[in-house]
Amino acid sequence: MSQNLNAGDVCLKVEKFNAWYDQFHALKDINMDIRKNKVTAMIGPSGCGKSTLIRCFNRMNDFIPTFRQTGKILFEGNDLSDRFIDPVEVRIKVGMVFQKQNPFPKSIADNVTYGPKIMGVRQKSRLDAIVEESLRNAALWDEVKDKLKSSALSLSGGQQQRLCIARALAMQPDVLLLDEPCSALDPIATSKIEELIIQLKEKYTILIVTHNMQQAARVSDHTAYLYLGELIEYDETTKIFTAPAQKATEDYITGRMG
Amino acid sequence: MIINSSSVQIRKIKENTVQAILFGCAIFSVFVTAGIIGVLSFETFEFFREVSIIEFFTDTQWTPLFTQKHFGIAPLLCGTFLTSAIALIVAAPLGILTSVYLSEYASPRVRRVIKPILEILAGVPTVIYGYFALLFVTPLLQKVLPDLPGFNALSPGIVMGIMILPIISSLSEDAMYAVPQSLRNAAYALGSSKLQVSFKVVIPSAFSGITASFILAISRAIGETMLVAIAAGQMPNLTLNPMESVMTMTTFIVQVSLGDTQTGTIEYKTIFAVGTMLFLLTFGLNIIGHKLRKRFREVYA
Amino acid sequence: MIQGAQPIQKIIAAQKRNEAIFRVVAIAAVAISLATLGALLFDAFSDGLRRLDWQFLTSFPSRKPERAGILAAIAGSFYVVSLTSAISIPLGIGAAVYLEEYAKNNRFNRMIEVNITNLAGVPSIIYGILGLELFVRMMKLDRSLMAGALTLSLLALPTVIISAREAIRTVPSSIRQAAYAVGATRWQTTRDHVLPLAFPGIMTGIILAISRAIGETAPLIMIGALTYVAFLPTGLDSPFTVMPIQIFNWVSRPQKGFFECAAAGIVVLLILTLMLNGLAIILRNYYQRKFSVRSL
Repeated sequence: MSQNLNAGDVCLKVEKFNAWYDQFHALKDINMDIRKNKVTAMIGPSGCGKSTLIRCFNRMNDFIPTFRQTGKILFEGNDLSDRFIDPVEVRIKVGMVFQKQNPFPKSIADNVTYGPKIMGVRQKSRLDAIVEESLRNAALWDEVKDKLKSSALSLSGGQQQRLCIARALAMQPDVLLLDEPCSALDPIATSKIEELIIQLKEKYTILIVTHNMQQAARVSDHTAYLYLGELIEYDETTKIFTAPAQKATEDYITGRMG
Repeated sequence: MIINSSSVQIRKIKENTVQAILFGCAIFSVFVTAGIIGVLSFETFEFFREVSIIEFFTDTQWTPLFTQKHFGIAPLLCGTFLTSAIALIVAAPLGILTSVYLSEYASPRVRRVIKPILEILAGVPTVIYGYFALLFVTPLLQKVLPDLPGFNALSPGIVMGIMILPIISSLSEDAMYAVPQSLRNAAYALGSSKLQVSFKVVIPSAFSGITASFILAISRAIGETMLVAIAAGQMPNLTLNPMESVMTMTTFIVQVSLGDTQTGTIEYKTIFAVGTMLFLLTFGLNIIGHKLRKRFREVYA
Repeated sequence: MIQGAQPIQKIIAAQKRNEAIFRVVAIAAVAISLATLGALLFDAFSDGLRRLDWQFLTSFPSRKPERAGILAAIAGSFYVVSLTSAISIPLGIGAAVYLEEYAKNNRFNRMIEVNITNLAGVPSIIYGILGLELFVRMMKLDRSLMAGALTLSLLALPTVIISAREAIRTVPSSIRQAAYAVGATRWQTTRDHVLPLAFPGIMTGIILAISRAIGETAPLIMIGALTYVAFLPTGLDSPFTVMPIQIFNWVSRPQKGFFECAAAGIVVLLILTLMLNGLAIILRNYYQRKFSVRSL
């Protein structure tokens, strides 16, 4: 396995990580360093473990009773997969956007302020500022600034997904996880989100799971290819897509399998 | 071909006959509704030919069985409202807590044990609840409230609350269960605790379904008869004091039909006038309740 | 981290505390309902078992509480409920089959559906009023077994229809397609495949409807089921009483001795209802486990 990524601070360090659902070995001995302020894409065929892996970074697998894991994911010097670390603490620092847009059936503003309110922010002026800032960062402000009080469900699918991104940004996380964020969107909405991802990496470390290899090529700096729970190759995106070291990676990206 | 045309004919006739019979079964329910509405409106119309509709709604006394007759439904409405309100005050918080617990917290095993027990609570004949209210709950309350009379609104109200609790808890739980998991995930990913997910996301998202459960439960409480007939008393009483004895609309109907009232008398017709009020109230609430449920189901279909 | 936010450790501590408090409160709420059921059962059994004996089960009512019995009421309940089942079950299943298997999704059929939902919410005493006017007065059935059974049938009908429809709906449509594919007509498909598969579910609904019918009091008081019946019903036109009415009558008497009779009657009624409810729950759980289509 090659891991030739040069320079840059490490944000998340995955060490000897294994995961199981019941008897099924979903992730096998994963080692990878995820760099700060970069977009890291995870690609691979369905069931390869890329979604399982991304959900480990904010402990969303805790809800699955049959889920077990070994190994470490180091973040700011702590193992965030340690069961003595409260998952709430992890999720406050590591935000997530899901496959299908899932805005709360509340107003646009209430969606954005949900997290800050959980964090004890009460001051109205502060909350208003967070709404504007987050929506601007999610490139949605201009479209919704006149109807912040209307229901989030009245927005289009692409707008809803950007609202979900804004909702995650409102927490000011260090890391943003995107689990196939465009899989339910049309091409125009998709390109808007891709532009947004490229802008966001200035402030955040971004991990994106995608089925769409062109998307990985367009938005990411680094790409990891997973297959049957193993990390086959992890390198600069340009290298993966032009001169992959592994035959398996080449087969996948050229469409000979998966 | 192995089928000749005459057997196809016979088959068709048979099919059509069966379909006609089944349609008859289905349409029968419409006749029942028509029967209810027809009977109630006919006799109620007769009633209002003798009693002014203004007196019915404005008089503050209800004494149709006395020589000095008054036909003000207010005391009966008041009794019905009082017992139902007490029931809702008991059942709403307990029902919400129970449904959140069952839908969000309880393990499948706990749920499998508790849900059938709650259903049994809904299946106990109401005459038994009446006995329980009169001879167990009232004496118990009298230890705390020595002035409480043997017949009062409080005791049957509380017991009725327990009786309608399964309606609220099971319909609300259904509504909460239908809230998509993706909304819970979104809230968890923002650092929520289970309690915050339940109260800030699940309950608001299931709001119309939960409201529907309240409305259907109130409707049930308003129509409940034996419990109040046994334990609330037989005194039409324009009061909102739960410590007093009250008569509900349903109790009055039972009281009249227990006596030997002749057909065609004004006393007999009061049954139908009061019945119409009861029907309109419960029918209206049921329609609103089911509309809300349906709307809720459509949101998360 | 957000500016103006609380420290994470403080937030987590508060969350944990609230979580613990809620668990206690919620379990207390569940415990209240369970305790009430427990108290009700305990109260009825502790009062009633003293009085419940062979003499009580085999005697007719009496002016003297110690000689009173529930025989006429048991017989009356048995006859009324049997008749009610005989009327409401075929009608209810027929309506359910029509609505699930035959009805097109048009305005008229939707009206029938809404109508049935609303009928299920009509207070039982209103059915009593209908029975009083329609069966007792207009059809001149008087205060007979038949009038009582007809009234209860109308009351039970919506419950039977709704539960039968739910049961029929759980039958996968692939079964129907398989039957049609070998040339079965709609009725043959329904009779030979859909109804047998839906049978346990339909039974569950029927048992619950019967158990409710046994406990119904108000509509039978309306049609004038007598409370003092010192004989067994002799025919469809015979006057009758039922268990809940007999209990109501005893509860309404001033003498303490009759309260014991009421409690004993309640024990009999409770045992019957709980047995029927239990049977329905067991049947449904068995059925769900066997035919569950919901995975995860």
